[in-house]
Amino acid sequence: MSNVEKMMSTEEKKAVETLLFQLADDDFLFSYRGSEWLGLAPHIEEDVASSSITQDSMGHAAMYYKLLEDLGLGNADDLAHLRPAVERKNSVLTERINGDGYYMDTPQYDWAYTVVRSYFYTQAKRAKINSLKESSYKPLQEIAVKVSMELYYHVMHWKLWFKQLLSSTEEAKTKMMSAIELVVADMGDLFSYGEQKEPIERFDLIDSEEKIQNAWLEALRPTFEKLELDLPIIPEPKLNGRNGQHTDELQAAIDTLSEVYRIDTATNW
Amino acid sequence: MVMMTAMTADEKMEYFMERIESGEKIQADDWMPEEYRQTLIKLISMHGISEIMGALPEKEWVPKAPSLYRKLGIMAKVQDEMGHGQLLLRVAEDLMKPYGKTRGDIMQDLFNEDLKFHNVFHMETKTWADAGLIGWLVDGAAIITQTNMLDASYGPYAKALQRICAEEVFHAQHGESIIMALAEGTEEQKAMVQDALNRWWPALLMFFGPPSKATTGASKQEATIKYRIRKNTNEELRQSFLDKYIPRILSLSLTIPDATLHFNQEKKHWVYQQPDWSEFKEIIKNNGPKSQARLNLRRSSYENNAWVREALSAIVE
Repeated sequence: MSNVEKMMSTEEKKAVETLLFQLADDDFLFSYRGSEWLGLAPHIEEDVASSSITQDSMGHAAMYYKLLEDLGLGNADDLAHLRPAVERKNSVLTERINGDGYYMDTPQYDWAYTVVRSYFYTQAKRAKINSLKESSYKPLQEIAVKVSMELYYHVMHWKLWFKQLLSSTEEAKTKMMSAIELVVADMGDLFSYGEQKEPIERFDLIDSEEKIQNAWLEALRPTFEKLELDLPIIPEPKLNGRNGQHTDELQAAIDTLSEVYRIDTATNW
Repeated sequence: MVMMTAMTADEKMEYFMERIESGEKIQADDWMPEEYRQTLIKLISMHGISEIMGALPEKEWVPKAPSLYRKLGIMAKVQDEMGHGQLLLRVAEDLMKPYGKTRGDIMQDLFNEDLKFHNVFHMETKTWADAGLIGWLVDGAAIITQTNMLDASYGPYAKALQRICAEEVFHAQHGESIIMALAEGTEEQKAMVQDALNRWWPALLMFFGPPSKATTGASKQEATIKYRIRKNTNEELRQSFLDKYIPRILSLSLTIPDATLHFNQEKKHWVYQQPDWSEFKEIIKNNGPKSQARLNLRRSSYENNAWVREALSAIVE
């Protein structure tokens, strides 16, 4: 155990763990939804490009789970695969399905929804990562620097898609506008730290919810102005994923992603 | 610089054959006989589309991969396959230019079943061991057929294959690592690999195609060898695969599901139970276990995303 960890009070440790679970579960679910798209993206070049983002995101989740493992919360694979929905701290937005249908059948995934979710999510992730570079928790600072470099391209990629599809055919615009509505409706908990808000902010682990949300809005502003769109108004959360409140879509995802792992959780795969 | 325009058809052909026989590479804009162009288009578009279709059986296991590490590994692998498809389809698109055809036509040919995808990708995957086995042995087989064409007379194809082969080596290692973990694991894991091998063995033999055109009535072997696109016959490639992988399979204490399999010391080749070539004929007519399901998945995702491609082409910068 490092000196940093030795000095943490029980209260601070609890706040660190909670934030780490939020970051880990967010990227893990976001990447899982991305992985369902593999082989089915609108064109081959996009399949290759978005797959890189999906892989990077899984890599980020793995780094956070590893920090949790280092803090003594169990091994990273168990944390990623075995925790039931009520213990998950991801935002509701990241757990949502890509569209109708199971990935093993012939799903009718919604690319407009994927573009909007990915753009809003990666831009929010960037606001958090920028703040985490100054986190009082050193291991998070180090991760933030690594993530930041990759995130630059993720945001650029999704922003381009967002602008293009909103500057094209009427059909594309209509689909994008409905997607924005769907995504924003689920954003109530994206900037929330849940029940641990007060200690997470007090220990300077990351900037306040309000500050991150404002940074996100400011980052979106130029794009929205150019497209003559009103900036989204974030609703109050109906479910707060940070407190373990989730839709059934999350449990279904967990069942799939852990199907093989659960056959034998003690063995090496 | 030889003035092709001043030459007769026969002279052009003779000059072309001289070039490829002396090991020169043909480039996209060079003169080439029609049969050569057609053979390449058929071969490379089938190869490219097989990479794209080949992503489907493995992608079934991506979300289910049983650790963070495996999830990362198999995602990267499927991404590479799509990347290979992209690389190859670009080579095919260049060759199709004189006919005014594009990638959209390749996709339509796949959907209306004029263009076929490789027989091995019509098979079902049932367990995680299948994902490992595809990486290890299917990619292992692909390395053998692709290495056989690394010196292909058509330069752009040879160049694409060089990159593909380098990546396939990583894929085979990725697959081998999954299989080793299972083969050294619990009884249940060992049984999982053995079951996968039992189911995939005939498909692995079929991978290289029939020994001669007597089986299916047609074979590209002669034209591709004549034009220096490939070196060895289907049977020679299958023998190389058996040479390389039988010892490795046995070293993992797995049983090859063929009691007749043995090496004939005198003739220096493997004697094996022939796979059911009538099943092969059905598979290449898209009547294999998962042929239609995978085609449907590809068709439905293509239709489902048609609005995106339309939107992209409508963008005025």
